[in-house]
Amino acid sequence: MDNVTRLGLYKTMVLSRSFEEAILRDYHADKKPVWDIGAGLIPGEMHLSAGQEPVAAGVCAHLTANDAVTATHRPHHFAIAHGMDLKLLAAEIFGRETGVGKGRGGHMHLFDPSIHFSCSGIIAEGYPPALGQAFAFQRQGKDSVAVAVTGEGAVNQGAFHESLNLAALWKLPVVFVVEDNDWAISVSRDASTSVRSNAIRATSYGIRGTRIQDNSVEGVWDAAKTAIERARAGEGPSLIEVHTVRLWGHFEGDAQAYRNDLDTLIDPIPAYANQLESDGILTPELAKSIAEDAKARVDDAFEYAKSSPFPSAREVGKYVFA
Amino acid sequence: MVLIDTSSASVSTRRLTTAKAMVEGISQEMERDPSVFVLGEDVGAYGGIFSSTTGLLEKFGPHRVMDTPISETAFMGLATGAAVEGMRPIVELMFVDFFGVCMDQIYNHMAKIHYESGGNVKVPLVLMTAVGGGYSDGAQHSQCLWGIFAHMPGLKVVVPSNPYDAKGLMISAIRDDNPVVYMFHKGVMGLPWMAKNPRSLGPVPEKPYEVPIGKASVVRTGKDMTIVTLSLSVHHALDAADDLAQHGIDCEVIDLRSLVPLDREAVLESVSKTGRLLVVDEDYQSFGLSGELAAVVAETDPRLLKAPVSRLAIPDVPIPYSRTLEYAVLPTMERIVSAAKRVMA
Ligand SMILES: Cc1ncc(C[n+]2csc(CCOP(=O)(O)OP(=O)(O)O)c2C)c(N)n1
Ligand SMILES: [Mg+2]
Repeated sequence: MDNVTRLGLYKTMVLSRSFEEAILRDYHADKKPVWDIGAGLIPGEMHLSAGQEPVAAGVCAHLTANDAVTATHRPHHFAIAHGMDLKLLAAEIFGRETGVGKGRGGHMHLFDPSIHFSCSGIIAEGYPPALGQAFAFQRQGKDSVAVAVTGEGAVNQGAFHESLNLAALWKLPVVFVVEDNDWAISVSRDASTSVRSNAIRATSYGIRGTRIQDNSVEGVWDAAKTAIERARAGEGPSLIEVHTVRLWGHFEGDAQAYRNDLDTLIDPIPAYANQLESDGILTPELAKSIAEDAKARVDDAFEYAKSSPFPSAREVGKYVFA
Repeated sequence: MVLIDTSSASVSTRRLTTAKAMVEGISQEMERDPSVFVLGEDVGAYGGIFSSTTGLLEKFGPHRVMDTPISETAFMGLATGAAVEGMRPIVELMFVDFFGVCMDQIYNHMAKIHYESGGNVKVPLVLMTAVGGGYSDGAQHSQCLWGIFAHMPGLKVVVPSNPYDAKGLMISAIRDDNPVVYMFHKGVMGLPWMAKNPRSLGPVPEKPYEVPIGKASVVRTGKDMTIVTLSLSVHHALDAADDLAQHGIDCEVIDLRSLVPLDREAVLESVSKTGRLLVVDEDYQSFGLSGELAAVVAETDPRLLKAPVSRLAIPDVPIPYSRTLEYAVLPTMERIVSAAKRVMA
């Protein structure tokens, strides 16, 4: 792996984290004194992806805007790594008319056709549409691929199993990604899944399955490279499961009383920074300028979002039909 | 999640949140009947995302309060199967919006088995589920959808609006020999982390009691107009009625409490008196509850009406995320007041 690629992965992760730290700040800022989920500049459920950046950065490094991603209820890291305009993303989260969904969708429902990006708040339901996008790419003679993401909790949903089988049967250019962060809200992986690895399940459907045990962005990058090249070459689907980490609550406001692993969590971003520093690729000065650059872009996007108008109530019925 | 602390006082004045009242109903039935058990996502240690099972795991253990994988088809069907064999499951669908992934188990199996078996097989279970919006949770987490469940023959549907009914309807639902869909609005639960109506905390007797399924309740009497509604909208309607009273409009407010069976008599009796009907419904407008109620009156005697039936419901758009848009479609107190004034005009 060359230095530019490694630094690129680092920058993507930092940008994503920087964005979510800003969300965190504004999400909670005006929900005081009595915390009310529906109040404030950013109301509603908020699922942040801090800790899971290696998965999105490692996979999306191999994609172009012509490739599709279907993400989950926890979509920001994939949206950012796949290149969604930060302004459009932020404005959507702030519920503004200038948002990527004109304020109609919100943080769990981001659709950006310019980069073939979508996500869903319904568990595992991003898998089937990814098959369709892959199918269309194939029929249209393109070498594009579709990446479908779920959490480890979602893999016990019928849509997951039906999709693996159909993708294998029709040899669709899909890469299934499972983010195993050990938790599905309060239910642990071991309390919900009968096998240790979803790579095994992939194999049983005739799909190449890989499990990455250590949340390493380079491990993800390697596995994704093979999987995406194979898909582009018409060799069919693959599944990559990454043992990653949910650093924060399931959603903001989650007290996480059920959680017994909080003091064992490793933040992958400083860990990667250390690795890059000891390899002589990153210096403290460079790290600082990467962080500042990310923050400037995020500030810009938030500025844009907050100064944008809200949708007009008179237009509430717009976009129900084409 | 932690609820407002209400542990005090004597029987008659004891006040509980709707969530606590529901849980108390479940708990008392679990003590009485060993065949009752609870299953669903995050119903164990978490206590239910909307506090519908708080404390049950601690009290009854993991043998009777079970977290499931996110496999709604499997555990919804499991509940049906267990009910067929004589158990009384309470199965939680975390948000009603998720019914899509398991509807076949609900409407083709749970709902129809009793009929298809010529009455030989019973499916005594409670499907409890959170409904409703108002806190910017977007199009996939804010719907009411009770019209869809009420549309399917074979499912009873109850929709409590306050703590007293929540407990009594839960007990009735558990004891009923049919599948009962028990739909609780997040906004009536009395959750400390969501804006709440003061009536989400109310008096609840300690002893077990039933609220009959299929009986509406007149929650305010009036002579000029009947507002028929349910769930969170009951509270908005009561607030609106207070406001309208100051403008000389005297509203009767009916809380349906059950959709199946529907208390047609209560609606007709009130409309016979007032001559005007406004239906307030947080579900989509077309092909739903509001049309059904208009039909009830029209089929009985349209001459009961001094003015056309009026409906205030979600105007057939997905629930938007942005607050300005969401509050343009929800039946708020202000919109009820305007709608009522139009009926009187
Ligand atoms: C069909 C369906 N069932 C339940 C839910 C509620 N829900 C939202 S996120 C979640 C847990 C998901 O866990 P996982 O797939 O591991 O993703 P993570 O949240 O850990 O990223 C659940 C149960 C849902 N959104 N859709
Ligand atoms: Mg998870």
